[in-house]
Amino acid sequence: MNRSEPLVLGIESSCDETGVGIVRGDKLLTNTVSSSMEEHVRFGGVIPEIASRAHLDAFVPTLRQALDEAGVTLDEVDALAVTSGPGLAGALMVGVCAAKALAVATGKPLYAINHLVAHVGVGLLDGGELPENLGALLVSGGHTEILRVKSITDDVELLGSTIDDAAGEAYDKVARILGLGYPGGPVIDRLAKEGNPKAIRFPRGLSQPKYMGSAEQPGRHRYDWSFSGLKTAVARAVEQFEAAGQDVPVADIAASFQEAVVDVITAKAVLACTEHGITNLLLGGGVAANSRLRELTAERCAANGIALRVPPINLCTDNGAMVAALGSQIIMAGGEPSGISFAPHSSMPVTSVHL
Amino acid sequence: MLILSIDTSAIASAALITGDGETLQAFATEDTRTHAEVLAPGIQEILTTADVTAADIDALVVGVGPGPFTGLRSGIATARSLAFAWNKPLHGVMSLDAIAVEAALDAWRLGIDEFIVATDARRKEVYWARYRSTGGTPELLDGPHVAAPADVPELPAYGKGAGIYPDQLHAVADFSGTQPTAEALGRTAVVKLTRGLPLLETTPLYLRESDAKVPGPRKRAL
Ligand SMILES: [Zn+2]
Repeated sequence: MNRSEPLVLGIESSCDETGVGIVRGDKLLTNTVSSSMEEHVRFGGVIPEIASRAHLDAFVPTLRQALDEAGVTLDEVDALAVTSGPGLAGALMVGVCAAKALAVATGKPLYAINHLVAHVGVGLLDGGELPENLGALLVSGGHTEILRVKSITDDVELLGSTIDDAAGEAYDKVARILGLGYPGGPVIDRLAKEGNPKAIRFPRGLSQPKYMGSAEQPGRHRYDWSFSGLKTAVARAVEQFEAAGQDVPVADIAASFQEAVVDVITAKAVLACTEHGITNLLLGGGVAANSRLRELTAERCAANGIALRVPPINLCTDNGAMVAALGSQIIMAGGEPSGISFAPHSSMPVTSVHL
Repeated sequence: MLILSIDTSAIASAALITGDGETLQAFATEDTRTHAEVLAPGIQEILTTADVTAADIDALVVGVGPGPFTGLRSGIATARSLAFAWNKPLHGVMSLDAIAVEAALDAWRLGIDEFIVATDARRKEVYWARYRSTGGTPELLDGPHVAAPADVPELPAYGKGAGIYPDQLHAVADFSGTQPTAEALGRTAVVKLTRGLPLLETTPLYLRESDAKVPGPRKRAL
């Protein structure tokens, strides 16, 4: 196998995007994504079975398109990489079965890749090397995590994560409460610009001293988030306006909700960085598209001497290029293939960069 | 002619079947929940053991169900990807047909005209179809459907779905544990392929909608 500049085909199917990406070394050749998002709109959230059905139908067309766009054949590919977790079990299964079949058909080595670490690995595509003292803040409809990345290929640590809903999920639920449709992120972001972020003080989950502790004696949830209480608080606020016979100030609620989410995410992420010597932070996941999250993360990182990097947004959302990018790094670092007997792992920990 | 047959509508299985309906190699597991792990290694193994490469294979066939969603998709995703990578034709076969081939012969011997094939659909239901045996060859009359065992027509019933519900279905004893296999599925496909008869697309026969419910409007606090 070519380990100096491998041609790697990456497959992603952990949520509602079917992605196939192709990289050569750290150079992106193509990033082809088919999303089933439209099919989830009427449900107000991703329905796993619908996503799984869509993956099955989208996979081969997406693969064909990616190969065409990159101008390569399966024969020329050095290795295959696939998201083996974390993610929706039934959705992961489709990509994993397809990837294994390609491995059987072509005899190419297959790497089973951690989806969360792949979100970080995508940072290698646009800027070459990953910096020292690296952390990653991942915010999407499926996850909210802060990671410390000592080595992208074999030393990643989870510093904090949501204990209930993902941030993007909270946006979707609040959008539903406010009657704004799905997905919630873009519409709330837009409306929030017209509202007063200080109109209502919504709770910042897990921010009480008993959860936070101190730097010396950290509490159990010092760097963790919780968004389910926030969603309930929004619902209660809306009900109060309705019960009083008043118009619901949708823009103010959107702005205040967004401020609560973004404030607690960035406060805890920056705290985790400063207390773990992280001086470079990568922001990833679909919610990285949120204007207020980008703004406040940049502001607070700057204030704390942390260099912030945000990959292009089409590489922040789930895609196959990030899987190929991390696969390529693992190959260049001498990592062994995963074989074809592994199981998809819906709660695969970040300590396992590949299986 | 040589075909690679795959079915994951119940158990995971794969087989290499010749144009004469002979099995070169076959793989099958009893397990119904580890398809994503075992299927690819199983296929790899039968190819290696039979010393068969892509160049030797003329077509692929895959069981399109009905079957539990996630397991069913494992086989179809695998078959579609193999067919794409090898650039070979791929056909679908209704998975209950795999049991019906054997059942039709048995029914003919017993003088049974019409019969049911049933597999486990979980959630206290079965996947079923009604066939006629004409001289030992099955002819699909009705189905496939998913239903409670009590709602299946009262006819001799073949397959594990009948074995699980002996009180409601008239299970034929020797077939009360029979599952669809790629081997039997491949044999039915080969007969059709050699005679130029049509097979199915590979669209999965889920028979059930996803469980998702469209949320109703939020109650207003008035
Ligand atoms: Zn993701």
